[in-house]
Amino acid sequence: MNLRRDVFQAIADPTRRAILLLVATQSLTAGAIASNFDTARPTVSKHLQILTECELLKQEQTGREIYYHINAKNMKAIADFIEPFRRMWDDRFNKLEEIMKNYLPKK
Amino acid sequence: MELKTKIHAEDGRHDIVITREFDLPLELLFRAFTEPELIEQWMGNKVLQFEAKKYGAWHFENRDDKGNVVFDADGVIHEFIPNRKITRTFEMRHTPFGVQLEVSDFYQLTEDKSQVKLHVIYETVEQRDEVLKLPFKQGINWAHNRLEEFMSKFK
Repeated sequence: MNLRRDVFQAIADPTRRAILLLVATQSLTAGAIASNFDTARPTVSKHLQILTECELLKQEQTGREIYYHINAKNMKAIADFIEPFRRMWDDRFNKLEEIMKNYLPKK
Repeated sequence: MELKTKIHAEDGRHDIVITREFDLPLELLFRAFTEPELIEQWMGNKVLQFEAKKYGAWHFENRDDKGNVVFDADGVIHEFIPNRKITRTFEMRHTPFGVQLEVSDFYQLTEDKSQVKLHVIYETVEQRDEVLKLPFKQGINWAHNRLEEFMSKFK
């Protein structure tokens, strides 16, 4: 089965989001990434494969090791698309919370 | 900083899910969604009509400083279960974005925490993506100004 891989599907999973955070500041091997999770190594490999297929991660061969690093360009594409929409709702909901706190019974 | 409002939008789908937790009891969260004078305060719109019942109609409007209508949306409520669920249609008048279906579920998490989940379904993938690309910045600014006005009354 050939699943369509895309950035939104990629970031929908909490483990994959954690992997992206992990490699945001440093390039790491699959082993080093896996050591940060309780998840089985093959499961982490699967996540890395998905993130690579949708071009959020890039692989780089250094000697015998393959290092993963973040593809900043595509990460920005997601944020640009969704973030203003998310912020609008966040702003509204922050306001809702502030306003409704005035109706809380006094303790 | 933790993001309190979460958006789940998968590529190639014609829906989105917005979730948010509040430091409010469920009853207060639900009131904010269903009492016109409260809706006006946090949405930043005028509420011209809001019939909180099955087949009730709703109509929101927003005008700029010169009185021009800049946001005009309406729809019909199909399910109204207090403190639990609202299902309604949503359409921005005079726009090509079509009719959206909005399913809002309300959850009590603890005595003083609650959550809302908005599932918004668009007619097509293209319509969803167009709506997501609308310039929201303007909306945020209106909302922000309203908040300052409103909160200054409590000083």
